[in-house]
Amino acid sequence: MRYILRRLGFYLLTFFVSISLNFFLPRLMPGDPATIMFGRFQGRLPPQTLQAMKIAFGFVEGSLWNQYVTYLSHALRFDFGISIYRFPAPVSMVISTGLAWTLLMNSVVLVVAFALGTLLGILASWRHSGKLDSFMTPLLMFISSFPYFWFAMLVLLVFSVNLGWLPWGHAYAYDLQPGWNFKFLGSVVEHLFLPACTIVIVSVGGWMLSMRNTMITTLDEDYVTMAEAKGLPQNRIMFRYAARNAMLPNFTSFGIALGFVISGALLTEVVFTYPGLGFLLFQAVTSQDYPLLQGLFLMITLAVLTANLLVDLLYVRLDPRVRAD
Amino acid sequence: MLTQDKPLRVKRTLWISRLLRDWRADLGIGIILFFIILALLSPVLAPGNPNYFVDEGNLPPSAKHILGTMSLGQEGYAQLIWGARMSLGIGFTTGLVITFLSVAIGMITGYARGLLSDVLSVLTNVFLVIPGLCLAIVMAAYLPSGPLSIIVVLSISGWPWGARVLRAQTLSLREKDFVAAALVSGESHLHIIFFDILPNMISLVVANVIGSTMYAIGAEVGLEFLGLGNISSVSWGSILYWARATSALPRGAWWQFLPAGLCVALIGFALTLTNFALDEVSNPRLRKEMGSKHGLRSIAGPGQPTPVVRSIQ
Repeated sequence: MRYILRRLGFYLLTFFVSISLNFFLPRLMPGDPATIMFGRFQGRLPPQTLQAMKIAFGFVEGSLWNQYVTYLSHALRFDFGISIYRFPAPVSMVISTGLAWTLLMNSVVLVVAFALGTLLGILASWRHSGKLDSFMTPLLMFISSFPYFWFAMLVLLVFSVNLGWLPWGHAYAYDLQPGWNFKFLGSVVEHLFLPACTIVIVSVGGWMLSMRNTMITTLDEDYVTMAEAKGLPQNRIMFRYAARNAMLPNFTSFGIALGFVISGALLTEVVFTYPGLGFLLFQAVTSQDYPLLQGLFLMITLAVLTANLLVDLLYVRLDPRVRAD
Repeated sequence: MLTQDKPLRVKRTLWISRLLRDWRADLGIGIILFFIILALLSPVLAPGNPNYFVDEGNLPPSAKHILGTMSLGQEGYAQLIWGARMSLGIGFTTGLVITFLSVAIGMITGYARGLLSDVLSVLTNVFLVIPGLCLAIVMAAYLPSGPLSIIVVLSISGWPWGARVLRAQTLSLREKDFVAAALVSGESHLHIIFFDILPNMISLVVANVIGSTMYAIGAEVGLEFLGLGNISSVSWGSILYWARATSALPRGAWWQFLPAGLCVALIGFALTLTNFALDEVSNPRLRKEMGSKHGLRSIAGPGQPTPVVRSIQ
């Protein structure tokens, strides 16, 4: 329990650091921060709305601390002002449209990639330097150095443009109404397939390699030798003895690698015009929509932190040594 | 000091020659050198300005244009060669800056005790968890576009990874006798960190350089793909940006984006290979499994630690 509380405290601190970064960035740039942030509105905003936005971002009279507290209170209420790209929708509404899609894709991708990578890592380490290992490991290492979005372009070209097997973009067919029916859900799965496959294939190499290395270290342990001497079947030793212990360091690195995979997923969304947070980020950058940009950064950080917390909770469940703390 | 120099020199030569005997290190270093030479010789291999229009646009590869032409008629081959110069230049520079930052911060965090160590430690972890590319994108959006912004932005988002590893290693090394001896003989803390502890961690630092460069090249290409770099200059990332912006995909113009991304993948792969081989050389456990003839005793001396790169908690 103390472990969880400590991790929770750490994530809260990280969230506050992100908010502070968001606060300081416009103020570090040369020029008037309010002009930088709101210049692109080009006078479309009524004065009261502009004033409200200035308050939301802390551009008020008073000391820096005063401004920071104002900004903090608005950020915690998810009040990020009005978006330029999707004017006049508020930023929080724009983000909420993309959040669900990104959560859907990323959770599917992370679970599949982690499971597949761990399994492959176990298999590769068992016959260390065997045929599977010496062929698959370099191949997956090569694939994991592909830029996510470039591989996405390749996959899109082959499977969508040339072969026409799967749709080339968006989250569902545009002539369908969203609803909990088979047709809509089927379309969602169909549109999710290519982007998810892209990210899984590129990221699986990393999981596989780290699992393989921890397994090799674990297989040196005495209890594995004992199990083999007892005559236990290979499968049992591999999965129930060695893998269960080797997986634990993998979990701690999962949380850190999460940030990388999500960043890669963001760029993949751009290629597939998948309407998630990554695509919104791209649009915000292109249209210099600073309010949306700041809101997105905080939401994406929040998502990563929440995922990290979930992994930590799972880790407490899996590793009894932490519970004894 | 003479007796101290000799064993160190012998160890270093054995270490490097052993690395080069591994086929993976050879392949990796070979590919990296190939691209470096390509970048350095770009005025010779593709003379002229790669942005000039040489023919009509969107021509597929042929005998006249090995890699076809881009959407406005630029020569694909020239763009790739000159792009190597920009991408590798930014990538390697950023890698070195990141390494410098992570060595400095990581070692100070590991060596110091008390409040300074705790604060830096928490700071490192905080920046480690915050999604790096996302932070880089937001920062780059505020800065003027250009290579310097990219270097600054990637350095700020990329240092914690290596700092964590180096901190762990420094933590274990500072308990050794030679550090206590140096303290007693009156050397300053900074001197001990950078002249006594650091030479024992060279293989880790080299691995850090390789890893940072890999991150830098990938992230830089990603930033430029979003249009945050200088899109009028030629680099692999900007080639991919223009490929997407001029609808190369629906047109089926694979030659406009395949080569650039493939080069990034190859460099990344080469760096990974070199890192992998380096791991196997410096980590005796992995090395033993590969059926190496040399035992642990011939390489590791009494003061030589076993860099544990993979299992840092």
